[in-house]
Amino acid sequence: MSLSVLMPVFALMTSLLASVVLFALPEKGYRLRTTINLVAAVVKIALVAVMIWGIARGREYEAAFTMLPGVEFVLRADALSMLFAGLSALLWLLTTIYAVGYLEDSPNRSRFFGFFSLCVASTMGIALAGNLFTFFLFYEMLTLSTYPLVVHRGTRKSLRAGRNYIIYTLTGGAVLLLAIAWLHGLVGDLRFQEGGHFAGVDPSLQVPLTIIFVLLMTGLGVKAALVPLHGWLPQAMVAPAPVSALLHAVAVVKAGAFGIIRVVFEVYGLEAAEAMGLLAGLALVAAFTIIYGSTRALYQIDLKRRLAFSTISQVSYIVLGLCLFGPLGVMGGLVHLVHQGIMKITLFFCAGNYAETLGVHRIDELDGAGKRMPGTSVAFTLGAFGMIGAPPLAGFITKWTMGAGALEVGMDWVVAVLVVSSLLNAAYFLPILHRLWFAEQQQAWPHERRWGRLETSPWLLWPPLVTAVLLVLAGILANVPFSPLSWAELIVLREVAL
Amino acid sequence: MTLWLMAGLLFTPLAWAVLTLLVDFRKGRVVTWLGILVQVLVSLALWAAVASDGGFYYFLGGWQAPLGIELRVDGLAVTFVLLTALVAAACGWHASVYLDPGKSWHRYFWPLFWFLWAGLNVVWLGGDLFNLYVGLELISLAAVGLVALGGQAAALRAAIRYLMAALLGSLAYLLGVALIYGQFGTLSLADVTALLSDGTVAAGQTFPLVLMLFGLALKTALFPMHGWLPPAHGIAKSPVSALLSALVVKASFYIAARLWLDLGGHLGGYELAQLIGVLGGLAVIWGSWLAFRQTKLKQVVAYSSVAQIGYLFLLFPLTWGVTDAISLQAQQGITLQVISHALAKAAMFLAAGNLIMSVGSNRVDALAGVSRFLPFSLFSFGLAGVSLMGLPPTGGFAAKWLLLQASLASGQWWWLGVLLAGGLLSAAYVFRVYQASFIDNTDTDHFFHPPKSLEVIPLILALLSLGLGLVAEPVLSVMALPFEGSSR
Repeated sequence: MSLSVLMPVFALMTSLLASVVLFALPEKGYRLRTTINLVAAVVKIALVAVMIWGIARGREYEAAFTMLPGVEFVLRADALSMLFAGLSALLWLLTTIYAVGYLEDSPNRSRFFGFFSLCVASTMGIALAGNLFTFFLFYEMLTLSTYPLVVHRGTRKSLRAGRNYIIYTLTGGAVLLLAIAWLHGLVGDLRFQEGGHFAGVDPSLQVPLTIIFVLLMTGLGVKAALVPLHGWLPQAMVAPAPVSALLHAVAVVKAGAFGIIRVVFEVYGLEAAEAMGLLAGLALVAAFTIIYGSTRALYQIDLKRRLAFSTISQVSYIVLGLCLFGPLGVMGGLVHLVHQGIMKITLFFCAGNYAETLGVHRIDELDGAGKRMPGTSVAFTLGAFGMIGAPPLAGFITKWTMGAGALEVGMDWVVAVLVVSSLLNAAYFLPILHRLWFAEQQQAWPHERRWGRLETSPWLLWPPLVTAVLLVLAGILANVPFSPLSWAELIVLREVAL
Repeated sequence: MTLWLMAGLLFTPLAWAVLTLLVDFRKGRVVTWLGILVQVLVSLALWAAVASDGGFYYFLGGWQAPLGIELRVDGLAVTFVLLTALVAAACGWHASVYLDPGKSWHRYFWPLFWFLWAGLNVVWLGGDLFNLYVGLELISLAAVGLVALGGQAAALRAAIRYLMAALLGSLAYLLGVALIYGQFGTLSLADVTALLSDGTVAAGQTFPLVLMLFGLALKTALFPMHGWLPPAHGIAKSPVSALLSALVVKASFYIAARLWLDLGGHLGGYELAQLIGVLGGLAVIWGSWLAFRQTKLKQVVAYSSVAQIGYLFLLFPLTWGVTDAISLQAQQGITLQVISHALAKAAMFLAAGNLIMSVGSNRVDALAGVSRFLPFSLFSFGLAGVSLMGLPPTGGFAAKWLLLQASLASGQWWWLGVLLAGGLLSAAYVFRVYQASFIDNTDTDHFFHPPKSLEVIPLILALLSLGLGLVAEPVLSVMALPFEGSSR
């Protein structure tokens, strides 16, 4: 077997094997567990980096076998999969480091890290899936492996959140399965293919294909938290901070958004989807979600809950970008997949730090936290400014590219949506920053823990600092090769012949 | 070679049944281990022989039909023989550790176990209607005995109820067989089919077929005739419940399916096929709902069997009056469902037995804290649950996918609802158990930890059920012509 077949299999297997080993480890094997976790994460980054390098030079990586009569299991690495795989491999390492520090001394660590690795394996599978069937396989595996993470604390509240999560996602999964099975019955097994399959399709298929598209978007929209399918996300924030980071930045919502990208680009094809009039509706839903999420975020007093509503809003930028139907707009949407991940994970890491170190959960308890935890607060500030879209940070690149893309195709109303949303972002982030830096501490911290001279455990401090640096670099170096923006440009050049 | 294999397959269980009858529980255990080894090897060898050379008809003792015993050894039959060997070996091994040797009546477990195994092999291989009846009776009587082994009054009540249902079912089936014999003058299923296809004998009435199907559906616990199953499967010892749910109900279904595929095209009708399908659909919905409502763990699993059996009966509408390609797809889907449910349900009952043993209570809400202190047993239960929900990559998912495709292709879109809603409802009852086990309300480990061998067995079965979806294609290719005999 050649290396080009084995690479995607290896990339998947690293976290799958890690998960099996971690489940088997005794609860006390702290050092060994941490070592395995970190080694697996680093190996995965190396594998993904090799594939990114190869794909940039036109290589292809593919492994496939027949699973059921007429249905293939396909793992394939292409430019688009690497956008997602690169993001998740990088953030997995940081989240693992963070989680090791966060869960110190707490029970059930074997279980946690086992499912954590399984979750990342599913994400990698989603990135590498070469057809809808394979995609669905890992999409459902992701649902199952995140449930134990959401209910990890075993409290009444987390169990209720877990139940809601599972009701939403499994129902979404059933709708998705119906759509995929129907599509398979209609046109057979379709590999993801640059440019899609349905350009100039038989007009008699138009009606079923439209219905299938709506079903697909509904199934994927649950994980992508499109309004009105978003109800599970704000509740799921009761999970431990590393899990929230994973859910919001890397795995679950991104899996939904990535699925939408795959379907629009590589199953239907951007042009065919536009010609069938499918994108206009999707654009409206995305635009509404952006405004709705931001508005709701304004009214939250719990920090993680505010961030959760912000996620709902921000993920829909990706979807809205696709619907702009021009190279710049699409590029803006794609790059936001990475940018939102880096920014949101920074914010959730910081929120976790405030909760773990000071016991602070509510925004009005944050007064003066900037003095007590300067490192964390700097990272938080950068993340917040990124979300608002202040130049030269990552979020600015997204909004600028998308805005230019919207004007290019004459969809001026999208610019209005972007402006309103940025104002709302500022309205819900700036008060937090004000409290952090300018307000005086009113009362003692609810639950303070001390780590000597450091503001918090180094395991907890370094990950947000690194991601904060990344989100600055992604903005400043946007035009350097292999930056998220350049990679998105490469995808657009290969995928969309506009 | 084949002669020895066939003889080994059918006579080892009978010989072992007699042998174990003569000794006590502990000696019976040792004897059984040896027998299991023989049976597994013989089943594997036969499966390999058929996988490489194709199926054949075998006449026991060289006597031809109608006098002799005719066995149909095709890909599907040997696959089920192998499945039986796997599941029965697992249950036998589990029982040898799980059952308390101190209770004197437990020594009867072994002879009953072997009679059951013999009956199952007869049913998978049987080529004529009367032999199938004999196999079925052997299974029913052994199964009733195994349920009664529970010991308490409730177990006896459940066993008697089961016996009544089984006898009524057998009676209906036998009556149907007699009517068929009166009309066609032969008991061989292949001969009857040949006569019908030639047009030598006019199709006549549907009644005998309906009568046989009724009897078999009663024995398979098809809704609304499922009342006997949950008490019997719920109260039996866990290894027994596993055998009953995984294999015994499948035997009567297997006969019904073969009757339908051979005779249904001539004697059946659209309405009959749809009616059976609707009952299956109702079983899925109603069984899952009741499973969700149960407070006792094993009752949850037992009602889940009622629901899962419902899927099997979708075979009838999806193979009647459709093209061969669609029919094949449906048959493959149902076959995968039979196999994956057998593996997953056996795993689930065995794991449930371990969990009940550990927490000392059979209630679902007694499971709090299990996820922390007994992750191993819970993991097997959980994996089996994934297969029952029909989520990828399990065998249950592969089955569901094929059935979805068959429903779509035949235009019978109403089964889509059953398949999708059934999956969600099963998720509801499986997740209810997970949820109970994830509650973290204690910091001390006050649970009994079962021996490792008890915990490993369900895990192996659950992993097999999980992996089935990934190797579905090769497994299906061995039963190249499921339910169809090769030419004589």
